[in-house]
Amino acid sequence: MREAEATPLISARGISKSFGGVEVLRDVDLDLAKGEIHALLGENGAGKSTFAKILAGVHLPTRGTLALDGRPVEVSNPVVAQKLGITLIHQEPISFPDLSVAENLVLGRSEDGWFSGVPWAEMTRDAQRSMDLLGVSIDVTRPMRGLSIADQQMVEIARALASNSRLIIMDEPTAPLTPREVETLFGIARRLRDEGRTIVFISHRLEEVRALCDRVTIFRDGDKVATDTIGNLSDVDIIRLMIGRPLKEYIHKHSAEIGDVALEVQGLTLPGVFQDISFSVRRGEIVGLGGLVGAGRTDVARAIFGITPATSGVVKVDGKAVAIKEPEEAIALGLALVPEDRAVAGIFRTLPVEQNITAAIPQRIAPAGIIRRAVEKAFALGSVKQLRIRLASLNQPIGELSGGNQQKAILARWLLVDPSILILDEPTRGIDIGVKAEFYDMIGELAEQGKAILLISSEMPELLALCDRILVMAEGRLTAEIPRAEASQEKIMSAAVPRVEIAA
Amino acid sequence: MNALRSILARRETGIAVMIVLFTIAVSLYKPQFFTLNSLRVILLLTPLVMIAAMGQMLVLVARHVDLSMGSMLGLSAMITGMMFRDMPYIPWPLGFVVAIGIGTMLGLINGALVTLFRLPSIIVTLGTLNLYRGLTFIVSNARQVDRQFVPSDLKGLSQTSPIFGIPWIIFMAFAVVLLTYWFAMHTRVGRQIFAVGSNPVAAPLRGVKVTQVTLLVFAISGALSGLAGIMYASRWGFVNPSNTGFGFEFQVIAAVVIGGVSINGGVGSVVGVMLGVLLMGCVAAALPLLGIPGTAQGAIYGAVILVALLIDRSVRRQGISGLKLVRV
Repeated sequence: MREAEATPLISARGISKSFGGVEVLRDVDLDLAKGEIHALLGENGAGKSTFAKILAGVHLPTRGTLALDGRPVEVSNPVVAQKLGITLIHQEPISFPDLSVAENLVLGRSEDGWFSGVPWAEMTRDAQRSMDLLGVSIDVTRPMRGLSIADQQMVEIARALASNSRLIIMDEPTAPLTPREVETLFGIARRLRDEGRTIVFISHRLEEVRALCDRVTIFRDGDKVATDTIGNLSDVDIIRLMIGRPLKEYIHKHSAEIGDVALEVQGLTLPGVFQDISFSVRRGEIVGLGGLVGAGRTDVARAIFGITPATSGVVKVDGKAVAIKEPEEAIALGLALVPEDRAVAGIFRTLPVEQNITAAIPQRIAPAGIIRRAVEKAFALGSVKQLRIRLASLNQPIGELSGGNQQKAILARWLLVDPSILILDEPTRGIDIGVKAEFYDMIGELAEQGKAILLISSEMPELLALCDRILVMAEGRLTAEIPRAEASQEKIMSAAVPRVEIAA
Repeated sequence: MNALRSILARRETGIAVMIVLFTIAVSLYKPQFFTLNSLRVILLLTPLVMIAAMGQMLVLVARHVDLSMGSMLGLSAMITGMMFRDMPYIPWPLGFVVAIGIGTMLGLINGALVTLFRLPSIIVTLGTLNLYRGLTFIVSNARQVDRQFVPSDLKGLSQTSPIFGIPWIIFMAFAVVLLTYWFAMHTRVGRQIFAVGSNPVAAPLRGVKVTQVTLLVFAISGALSGLAGIMYASRWGFVNPSNTGFGFEFQVIAAVVIGGVSINGGVGSVVGVMLGVLLMGCVAAALPLLGIPGTAQGAIYGAVILVALLIDRSVRRQGISGLKLVRV
């Protein structure tokens, strides 16, 4: 551990941030020393990325102050941040794909007027020199489009150095990289630290944080819960700090009779995305699928449903092996998938609620290809009553409903198909607590009706409260299967954090 | 340089090859196509489109489109022509200032509507396409400015010059091309236009003033339409409220897209656009020579544009798949 110098590079005091009335960051005090690599850790949504974005001028804090070298500063936008020597490197860097690497490096650096010349030769030479300094071989005259993400990150680092940045924030840079590329990145990060620069490193991977960082700050639910030297904290400590909140007890009266195996998956593999996934779901059973965002859970669901089929492995429905290549085939077999991102994959935003609800049963509302409005209306009305969807009119565009009611309408759509196997991908993301409780009741009721339910969720309390069994994925592999009686947040979290073995 | 250059080179070479093949094919059939005279015809057909194409290129690179060019041309030509008619004492070169000034103003209105109200440029300029054309009828009382009112010195610009007798307007078009090349490739704001079109979300994060850049490209588009307007008066000797500039924008957009400018923004080269305009000029010059009746010329012209785009698209596909291989 390196001794922090007397004046920290950055002092954050009382930083708070709200989005639309929801506080995502509360009174964070944090000092970043010169010449340290400082990790920010926390669950999804804990506030670490928001804090990083405030440092980099992407977001303005609702309250609180920042000081650079002991002097108060206002980082009002990314351009100001750049001038102050603060650079944020996004996981997938923001670039100008049609411009050359050299232009991407230079753009925004100069203060010159509109009609001042562009010194191509000099620009190219300088850019090549910064690449050489980093020890990476990228032709700076090629367009940015088509560069690997690792190379794009290198270009961003080169840009930070060219503008003499003293604080470089890397937001989950290693997730899309190969182990070799990670090594290169770490080598460069250490070199920059030794030059006296400060690096903020955001990651989910504890072993990377251990390998690279000097100090670590842990966020939980918008609060900073700890800052310490990495050597002072064990992995168990870190995970406890990350999840530490008291378990919320949901009243869960799910008492469905567990029946035969409805869905079984054996050795499902899609190279580079997920490997060797095997599990089963019985009638009346709710099986949770936990893990961090990007662990491959959604991809498994999409593979089962035939959207992007797996390359190998077996899917069995009611004991019979099936080859599902198209969602239509999955629907015909009694499967339904309520997708994760309803805005992208779920709703037809400008169409009426009515049509959104009946979208999956065209053959029933339009037997001869002609829609029978009365039938359509009857189906929609039934769903609205059953799921207590709040709306002004069935003809209202669905985009006007609240998130929770949109989600209910999508669920209604798939319930009309009357599936025997229901896959729910993050069904309660972004909806209010009250509606969430309704959803939990509904999911319980569906299980009681004998449906097999696979529930993908990043919210551990949700998994713990609803599921009979919890599967956990990390980096494309199934890392744990935990029966309800033995499930705990610690167990889920340690299985979800890649390659860390802890007896919690 | 190699990767970037070779991709650009391939696109521009592609258009050049199309021009050569087309010329050879037509000349084999009608040898008189391969003469200095028809080169003169081609060159005389192109200056207006060439000048406007430079403006349209910048607009497309910024991920917008300007459909109102023909109407801006018509309105600025009409006001300039009426000034010649009603105030014959005014020195004719002032006509350039007036036409370009009016064009700039009309372009700025487009830009302001796009930036202030965040409206899609295709809708805004579709609106002003009709608005400016309608204004042309209103200011002119639907009357044409006849030949005798257009100064003969102005008309002379389209006939000859001391330099090999090549008409001045061809030199003017060439000057605009050179100026645009310098502007697009060698000024900071020129590169910012490409940045805005390549990634409009990221551009402001790098301190690019997107609003100003957008206003500027529309102003340039208007200014060049105005310049094309007075050159119309020079070339044809009259200004007519319904014909002058009618359908002009589609010729321009076709030439620019054939020239390799992406309608998705961020991509475009001056040389490519210049070749695109010349290819269209060749086709236009060849049709009457091939004895294709006037009634069929429009359809043939459209078909040629589509074929050129298809050839270009297949070249580009290969280019992109090549890049993907590099990435893996």
